[in-house]
Amino acid sequence: MHELKMKYQGKKMAPAFNAFHTFLYSPNDITHAGGTHVKGADDLKRTMNTVIMALVPILLFSMFNAGYQHFSAINDFPENFSVMEHFLTWDNFWIGIVKVLPLVVISYGIGLVVEFIFAVIKGHEVEEGYLVTGMLVPLIVPIDTPLWMLAVAVVFGVVIGKEVFGGTGMNILNPALTIRAFLFFAYPTWMSGDKVWVHGAVDLAGGPDAISGETVLGFLSQNKEFQYSVSDMFFGFIPGSVGETSAFLCLLGGLFLIFSKIASWRIMVSAVIGSLVMGLIFNQVVDLGWVGETSKFYGLMNFDFWKHLIVGGLAFGIVYMATDPVTGSQTNRGKWIYGFLIGFISVMIRVFNPAYPEGVFLAILLMNVFAPTIDHYVVRGNINRRMKRLKNAVILPKDSDSKAEELKAETV
Amino acid sequence: MSKDIRIKKGLNINLVGAAEHTISKAVLSNVYALNLNDFHGITPKMLLKEGAEVKAGEALFYNKNYEDMHFVSPVSGELIEIERGARRRILTLKILADKEQEHVNRGSLDFGAASAAEIKAFLLKGGCWPFIKQRPYDIVANPDATPKAIFVSAYVTAPLAADPDFALQGKERELQAALTALGKLTPGKVHVSIGKGSNSPLAALSGIELHKVSGPHPAGLVGTQINKIDPINKGEAVWTVSPQDLVIIGELLLTGKFNAERVVALVGSSVKAPKYYKTKMGTEIATFLYASGVNGENFRVINGDVLTGSKSSQDGYLGFYNNTVTAIPEGDDYELFGWNKPIFNKVSSTRALTFSWLQPKKKYDLTTNTNGEHRAFVVTGQYEAVFPMDIFPMQLLKACMVKDLDEMEQLGLYEVAPEDFSLTEFICISKQPHQQIIREGLDLLHQEIG
Repeated sequence: MHELKMKYQGKKMAPAFNAFHTFLYSPNDITHAGGTHVKGADDLKRTMNTVIMALVPILLFSMFNAGYQHFSAINDFPENFSVMEHFLTWDNFWIGIVKVLPLVVISYGIGLVVEFIFAVIKGHEVEEGYLVTGMLVPLIVPIDTPLWMLAVAVVFGVVIGKEVFGGTGMNILNPALTIRAFLFFAYPTWMSGDKVWVHGAVDLAGGPDAISGETVLGFLSQNKEFQYSVSDMFFGFIPGSVGETSAFLCLLGGLFLIFSKIASWRIMVSAVIGSLVMGLIFNQVVDLGWVGETSKFYGLMNFDFWKHLIVGGLAFGIVYMATDPVTGSQTNRGKWIYGFLIGFISVMIRVFNPAYPEGVFLAILLMNVFAPTIDHYVVRGNINRRMKRLKNAVILPKDSDSKAEELKAETV
Repeated sequence: MSKDIRIKKGLNINLVGAAEHTISKAVLSNVYALNLNDFHGITPKMLLKEGAEVKAGEALFYNKNYEDMHFVSPVSGELIEIERGARRRILTLKILADKEQEHVNRGSLDFGAASAAEIKAFLLKGGCWPFIKQRPYDIVANPDATPKAIFVSAYVTAPLAADPDFALQGKERELQAALTALGKLTPGKVHVSIGKGSNSPLAALSGIELHKVSGPHPAGLVGTQINKIDPINKGEAVWTVSPQDLVIIGELLLTGKFNAERVVALVGSSVKAPKYYKTKMGTEIATFLYASGVNGENFRVINGDVLTGSKSSQDGYLGFYNNTVTAIPEGDDYELFGWNKPIFNKVSSTRALTFSWLQPKKKYDLTTNTNGEHRAFVVTGQYEAVFPMDIFPMQLLKACMVKDLDEMEQLGLYEVAPEDFSLTEFICISKQPHQQIIREGLDLLHQEIG
């Protein structure tokens, strides 16, 4: 391998080769003179890998859930539900393999091809950012998303969302959410409504075997009753985008990311607080009788404030999307504000605009745009403190000042 | 009266190969060298030609921008080589030492009675001025400026660095002399910081403001202490001197002789018997490196500690400012799946399948491997966790990278030196060269604003 690396060195394909090489072996690079001679154990690959590890349980769960929702929609939900008998079955998993795995393969395949092409053209190393994006994308789309559609969106997201800004670390918007937003606005019929969330619902629509694929939020926005219990919603046995349903696994993943110090706990905690606050406000509005039962917002507004966290993509978004360090706020104080507003706006969009029940991705994209502004003001605070100190300081004159003035006088 | 400073943010990097507390005498070196890269920003003008005889303490060259600032020879002998690099820049001066050492004697200075100008002139001529560094810019102090305070840190937290409490034992007289004299150069205070609960020889000195510092690295860096005690504003200057250099200054003041002797810690996992050696600045490192024995062949010799030192070699020379020489194994080897397997034998500030947090006391044998490739800044919030100053480290680094002078000024570049960014560079996931970025930023600011 080492000889091959030397052979490719300086050639156009070097980044592509190095990507594979460094995937197998951590490089033999040594610290250069003039810097620290030893370095910490973490690199970007390890960081990204940690996030992927936190996503694997969710991917596995989503594969089972794909089948579970499909069969339950056809045969009705089982009574006396037991995880082993009804959920972790081969039939369920098979639907996952057929429907979810191709999404993952397309997402990674197309995305990495684009990354490699850009790396070779621009002569920089292939960066690891897409490893996480590629995993997130299949988890935030509806299960029956056509593969070609996903491929188009991935190309758009990687090129426009990331590479035009200079690659990983330079982008303004979260690439995974850019892909999701592209899908949402380009192919809205495939991305919302009551048919897309359960495998088969679209194909069977209109026929005698038609099944519903309505999400909890969908029911709520139409002021309808739904049959899911709180534990169903918490553990994720509900329809929704592929991997977003299980708040429980998102919680575990979030705790793991906080413990490993990879993701910001500040963003997660403040986003939870933000969504609870907004939920409480809506609950209060209903309690005060300002919004009657006839209102089209009643269902969502009357929804217990804490339950917002366990339905829809809010938990997933808070843990895996909002915490993206590149597009999020970069200062610690900024992270509190940024996270809070994400939670707050997510629930607001969710309630006020039932056409976009998944307010969370729009809220995060919106806050991505505002993150630099938040940071700007946080940093200004530091600068102002320094300027204030300077104002109160007595600056000692330099001995040479008098000389300099003499010199000035001469030249004038 | 002492004031306590407690630093919470930071990270101690415990390495194998700390120096045993014994001092051996190193063999005398044949050739001594001055590496002119040690004096950042100084344009040298030679006073002597190749082949000239010098005495210890006799000037070799002066600062082109400040003619009275002399740089002296550590030993007496013959100036055998002036090594030049690109555009005839002088890189190193080599002196073949005499068997019998002769010192220039400038006569002692009655610094108790002398004026500030007299002390300045004495130190400049005597070759001790370069020991005084200034912030902003982290360069040899400008003698025309009046510093608002002088800072000395005798608390060391850098990995494996020489322990001044041990190395400076019995030097109270020199230290007191140097600090009394330097105190006259500033209308402000002379701040001396020692470790909390240490038996530092500086603890009992008079005429100083004593601070007791505790906490993890970088609590021992003078920049951290300045930021906590009396941060630098635009237009101000503070001077810093390291304690081992105070000894040389003190001896010059007391005896009139420039005595280049110093106690050096030889450390690192590639050294078989790490301990202290009494030697002179500019000595060949080989004179004591092999006395302690080395492990293996493929190791790196560093003038200074592993975070801020400069790369040297087995036939290199001890630097002008260094009292630590580190030897650690080179890490120019591949590691299969090094990026995803659990790591137990390296230091990390995260817990991403890295387990150094389990054993905070464990000593590590780190190599010079970068543990990954260079990337753009991606992860945020990690530098802040180990950076105790009231400064946004990443924002400042980015301002330096894009050469935005206003931002650099406003974000506090005047307050920092490259060494303050050594710990953030160590933990940097994107493997960015922080110290180099800061150095270039400081140079640019110095050049543009002065």
